[in-house]
Amino acid sequence: MGPRKGENAKLSSEGAQNRKLTLLQAIQEAMIQEMERDKSIFLIGEDIRIGGGFGVTRGLTDRFGTERVIDTPISEAGYVGVAIGAAVMGMRPIVEFQFGDFVFCAMDQIVNEAAKLRYMSGGQISVPIVLRLPVGANRRAAQHGQCSESVFMGIPGLQLAVPSTPYDAKGLMISSIRDNNPVLFFEHKLLYSTQGIRGRIDPHLPQGVPEEEYAIPLGKASVVRRGADVTVVATQIMLHRAVEAAEDLSRQGIEAEVIDPRTLVPLDRDTIIESVRKTGRLLITHEAPGTGGWAGEIAISVEESIEHPIPIRRVTTADVPVPYSPVLESAVIPGKEQIIEGIRSLF
Amino acid sequence: MSLLEMYRLMIRIRLLEEKVNDLYLKGYVPGTIHLYKGEEAVAVGVCCALELDDVILGTHRPHGHAIAKGIEPKYILAEVLGKSTGCCKGKGGSMHVGDISKGMLPALAIVGAGIPIAAGVALSFKMLKLPRVAVSFFGDGATNEGAFHEGLNIAAIWKLPVVFICENNLYGVSTPIRAVAAIENLADRANSYGMRKAVVDGNNVEEVWKAARDAAALARNGEGPSLIECKTYRHTGHSRSDPARYRPKEELESWLARDPLKITRSRLETAGISAAQMAELERDEARLIESAAEFAIQSEPPSAASALEDVWDRGREKMPN
Repeated sequence: MGPRKGENAKLSSEGAQNRKLTLLQAIQEAMIQEMERDKSIFLIGEDIRIGGGFGVTRGLTDRFGTERVIDTPISEAGYVGVAIGAAVMGMRPIVEFQFGDFVFCAMDQIVNEAAKLRYMSGGQISVPIVLRLPVGANRRAAQHGQCSESVFMGIPGLQLAVPSTPYDAKGLMISSIRDNNPVLFFEHKLLYSTQGIRGRIDPHLPQGVPEEEYAIPLGKASVVRRGADVTVVATQIMLHRAVEAAEDLSRQGIEAEVIDPRTLVPLDRDTIIESVRKTGRLLITHEAPGTGGWAGEIAISVEESIEHPIPIRRVTTADVPVPYSPVLESAVIPGKEQIIEGIRSLF
Repeated sequence: MSLLEMYRLMIRIRLLEEKVNDLYLKGYVPGTIHLYKGEEAVAVGVCCALELDDVILGTHRPHGHAIAKGIEPKYILAEVLGKSTGCCKGKGGSMHVGDISKGMLPALAIVGAGIPIAAGVALSFKMLKLPRVAVSFFGDGATNEGAFHEGLNIAAIWKLPVVFICENNLYGVSTPIRAVAAIENLADRANSYGMRKAVVDGNNVEEVWKAARDAAALARNGEGPSLIECKTYRHTGHSRSDPARYRPKEELESWLARDPLKITRSRLETAGISAAQMAELERDEARLIESAAEFAIQSEPPSAASALEDVWDRGREKMPN
């Protein structure tokens, strides 16, 4: 008698646990698998024929040809508009910005067109488009290092994915491609080469990346680490730093529950509020500047939903453009120590 | 399509716009209005050169485009009045009318924004190997927008099946185009992109139709985009709040004398269409617009709860697992 069905499934899932991919490879694998499944998906952006800004599309021209891996002029408003036009006719474009900062050249198309076409038309049409934005400070100064997600959070009609791990990146990319609405997919440049969170995380969380396709629903947070004393909400590079901070604090007797929202729109407020009800303390940290940042949105959402006031703090980048010199960059972008300080200030 | 049928559509637009103005003055229109009166030959000439499944993008002045592409007047007027029966369920209003089943995307009220989007619609036709054409209407003012230049360039380098229609009505709100463009013919800007161009009398519907027919045929044939500049004039101000005092009296009079309806009417007379035939057609159209207005006035407003609908398309492709 062969192995029972359940055993096979277990073996395969254990295999997946050990399959290590970088975040970059996970995004690429999601795009390849989806493009093989659905001919209406195509890639469009600057220099993507040779891999684009960071190599996410490397090799895809050989696989899918230049008809589906479309190199554009340096013309962000132009090619985003083109992608929107193709999307409303039933195609599923994935747009790469070479750097996320260049999104501002296409703001009108994203904010006034992609976000609003469906609503203004009374629901006649949809805009299934994914916009990929490499973001985050990495020694390239103010116009190649912003985290801009907060800017888009107040635009109804746009969804924001902010993956932190290869597993999440693949599952969120597949969901984003199959969703019928615009998704801005933020990819932190410092995470491209990482294979997941280092440190003790919830043992139920997948460590590797399954080869088969899977979807992570937009609007479902991940509890990365369990703890009873304080809730920490973080995304992308700050999520990694928050886990490191939690490890240090654990040795000092403070157990932090670390939550990664994974998408900011839709936002899984319930998971955060449920955790805060248990811990009674909340720290929110992001790389985007503090003023007008999404930490404020989460703070007030929690405040509106709980019965008694609790201490809430945020740890964010200073309200300055991203500076170049490493000394200056690390002076304004929070590291593990600032997160630890922020958490301690809640007690 | 016969010239008489084009005349019918032009009369329909003229009567609709006069009705819109009338409804506005009577307090039925919650927002403002941008009337297409005087520019009828452009929308009609272009759309009569298209098929139902060709797709157009209109501007903030889109009632004429909508009529010419085949949307029934009652759904346009209901939308202008913000009613649930409007073509966009009251969510878009005058500036965003459209009906994709008639080949018109919701009109875009950001100057020039529809230009790259039309190129994208055309890209989808090309990728899917469909013999269809996309058309973007825009005003003279749009030719100074980045989106115009980016959209034209991409359409040209990829030889996309799209026709760009510049409705040069000489003014961007109050600003004369001659004050903001140092060239006589805006169509010359096509030269920079290696694109075909044409300059036509935008008040002569046959001339517009011929240029659009040729451009659409070339586009359908894989020979890429064209830019057609239609010289025309708006009979009214930019919007309801604009009395248009910045226009010289003689200029207005000379354009009113060249009213596209008058020009077409005289062409029809020459072709032997009797005054009685035209009068009958005009009566039919007047009845159509009257009943459309009645429909719009009588229609229910949308429910307040529907304000929260249509932001998201909750359908999606099947997810794995």
